[in-house]
Amino acid sequence: MLSFKSYVSNFAISLFRYFAILLTHQQMPAYINGIGLISPQKTAETTDFLSEIMEYESDYLKCIEPPGYKPYIDPIQSRRMSRLIKMGIASAKMCLNESGCAMPDAIITGTGLGSVEDTEKILGTIHLDQPFLNPTPFMQSTYNTISSQIAIQLKCHNYNSTYVHRTFSFESSLQDALLQIAEGTAKDILTGGIDEMTLNHLAITRRRGHWKNEPVKNLEMLKWNSPGSLAGEGSGFFLLSANKTDKTFAIIRDVKTIYKPANLDEIPQRVNSMLSASELCISDIDLILLGINGDNRNDPLYYEFVQSLFPGTPLAYYKHLCGEYHTSSAFALWLAANILKRQTVPDTIRIDDLHREPVRNILIYNQYYNVNHSFILVSE
Amino acid sequence: MPRRIFVTGLGIITGIGNNLAETKDSLFHLRTGIGKIQFLETNLRDEIPVSEVKCSLEECFHIAGIPVTEGYSRNALLGIIAAKQAYLDARIGDFPGLRTGLISATTVGGMDRCELYYEDFLTNDSRNIYIDSYDCADSTEKIADVLGIRDYLTTISTACSSSANAIQLGARMIRNGDLDRVVAGGTETLTKFHLNGFNALKILDKEPCKPFDEKRNGINLGEGAAYIVLESEESVKQSGKPVICELTGWGNSCEAFHQTASSPDGIGAYLAMKKAIELSGLKTADINYINAHGTGTDNNDISEGKAIERLFGTEVPPVSSTKPYTGHTTSAAGATEAIISILCLLEQVIWPNLNFSQPMKELHFTPVQELLKGRKVNHVMSNSFGFGGNDTSLIFSRSVKF
Repeated sequence: MLSFKSYVSNFAISLFRYFAILLTHQQMPAYINGIGLISPQKTAETTDFLSEIMEYESDYLKCIEPPGYKPYIDPIQSRRMSRLIKMGIASAKMCLNESGCAMPDAIITGTGLGSVEDTEKILGTIHLDQPFLNPTPFMQSTYNTISSQIAIQLKCHNYNSTYVHRTFSFESSLQDALLQIAEGTAKDILTGGIDEMTLNHLAITRRRGHWKNEPVKNLEMLKWNSPGSLAGEGSGFFLLSANKTDKTFAIIRDVKTIYKPANLDEIPQRVNSMLSASELCISDIDLILLGINGDNRNDPLYYEFVQSLFPGTPLAYYKHLCGEYHTSSAFALWLAANILKRQTVPDTIRIDDLHREPVRNILIYNQYYNVNHSFILVSE
Repeated sequence: MPRRIFVTGLGIITGIGNNLAETKDSLFHLRTGIGKIQFLETNLRDEIPVSEVKCSLEECFHIAGIPVTEGYSRNALLGIIAAKQAYLDARIGDFPGLRTGLISATTVGGMDRCELYYEDFLTNDSRNIYIDSYDCADSTEKIADVLGIRDYLTTISTACSSSANAIQLGARMIRNGDLDRVVAGGTETLTKFHLNGFNALKILDKEPCKPFDEKRNGINLGEGAAYIVLESEESVKQSGKPVICELTGWGNSCEAFHQTASSPDGIGAYLAMKKAIELSGLKTADINYINAHGTGTDNNDISEGKAIERLFGTEVPPVSSTKPYTGHTTSAAGATEAIISILCLLEQVIWPNLNFSQPMKELHFTPVQELLKGRKVNHVMSNSFGFGGNDTSLIFSRSVKF
């Protein structure tokens, strides 16, 4: 039983909270002024936008790396680097080159697992419990290696951070970048989402039921109707800026994460308040990019409400192209940015026959076992 | 006028105590937590001293108030213990309806269980429940579930500055109006993984560490967890809760020099401290104490010392490293030492730098060698620097009434 006093104080707090949100929350949009993406599709070193779709029948979708890292990393240095770090630096530099920004005011990276390859090198011998002969895998296994290696390459002394929270990792990086812009402390922020898969890690996480037990065809994801998803990987960097340039792809208006929603009604409520904070309504959303991953225990339950909340809005998906991984929303953001800039929706991502033109606002919605839900609102 | 950020709760468990009172007692009695390895199963037991939390895994469950359950890492349990102390200290549960976040930091997550069960992970299903604790978010989500925090959740990993960056992000989100209060800090457990890793880098001292000493010879690793509760000015006014102190400055900068070494002139450290001072609106002369990162490696102490001299000139305030008490708790070091620095504000003391005997020839200042009581301590700076050159500096101030 609440006492009258606590009732009054709770009421006062609620009132205060309401006004605090209305009056004081600073939200500033970020322009996407450059992108570098290495993914299982042909996305690196090209201006092409999914004109050829890579079809796989495999245990996981592996990144198509650039033919060489020489344009991005000194060969003497890159010889010691593991694959994830090379992909990270290369995609960051592709992004900076495209944007024309030489020195970002902040470098912020999200990674769910960091360098799995380096960590496994250590774990493979840890039972020996003897001093490692080679400290390099240990040095590279720390999650902040990618952010700091990019800084070392650029000699960038500015703000530098790394987020490591499962499917919130990339979203937290974006939130930090938007916060920097709102604070006025940074104008150009290099923000990335990067994760890799290895055969060992695939085998281990398969024990938790995350993946299909046999190789599957990625482009048949919508027909699978069985438990488990298809693993993937990717490295995507974005130059987020306070200012629009002639390179601008799109605007990130808002990023929201929801941890363990109290019930399924909470999600639509949070979506509505997110949209109204950006002065948008349901019908303003022209495309929804869903993180469905082909796991029939996952997809129908947590994405179903989208159709009723957004009647008539075209739905699309993306994980058949990049696979499931903690920072896959970076791939989705690349898709959204390109759709908004080019005003074309590739047929391969469409779930339904609905069309809406022009495409002005895209909502990316990803979720992970009904624990981590996230939304990225991207506009023309 | 930007929002002020208040500290309203503290929680800590390290090798020198299972809570704040024990920690304070150890600091006052110059009692170190560093000694022979008792709990970690390793061949290095007799070779390398560390500062362990003096509890078995079962005892950790007990203190955390959780029945012994499969699937919990020592890392998550230490995090739950410290975060719960901070949560209760700030009486978060008494004031519902405010937007509350948890920002936690760790570098190897639940590696303490994963390294034990890795062979099982590869070959059989007996330890599957521990597979999820491989990543860094596992301990954060377990802490959030115990405390019932859902409004915002994330995990930061910037090596040894991780929890200082967690505190910084919490402050920034409150200042921007995104949250009303934040439980921020970090948790780190000793593992064979990083004990062997640091050993391979040849930066572990086999004797008690001697930061800022000419004959310093490396780090003693430690474990622990520490969290502080940050609250907005409006939220504190509303609740009328007592305030512990104020977080007035923070700065993050990157050395951009080397993956594990610091630059000789400490450019990252200098810029992080400078940014924190500028944000606080204070002058360097206002800082009454610097709790240095002071790992005791040849490299760090020159780099940090030079950076301090560059910023503070000839007027370097009292400096000490408290790692000879707690060991280097890596990702938890930022929050651990934030709390140890806050105790200087509360007790009006300055903690000495244990094990010091010979000044470094490169530096003009020497660290504090005796417990200084009855000092006027209004503003303290706490430094945390990490692999990859991720450097962060925080400033806490005695709170002026509003």
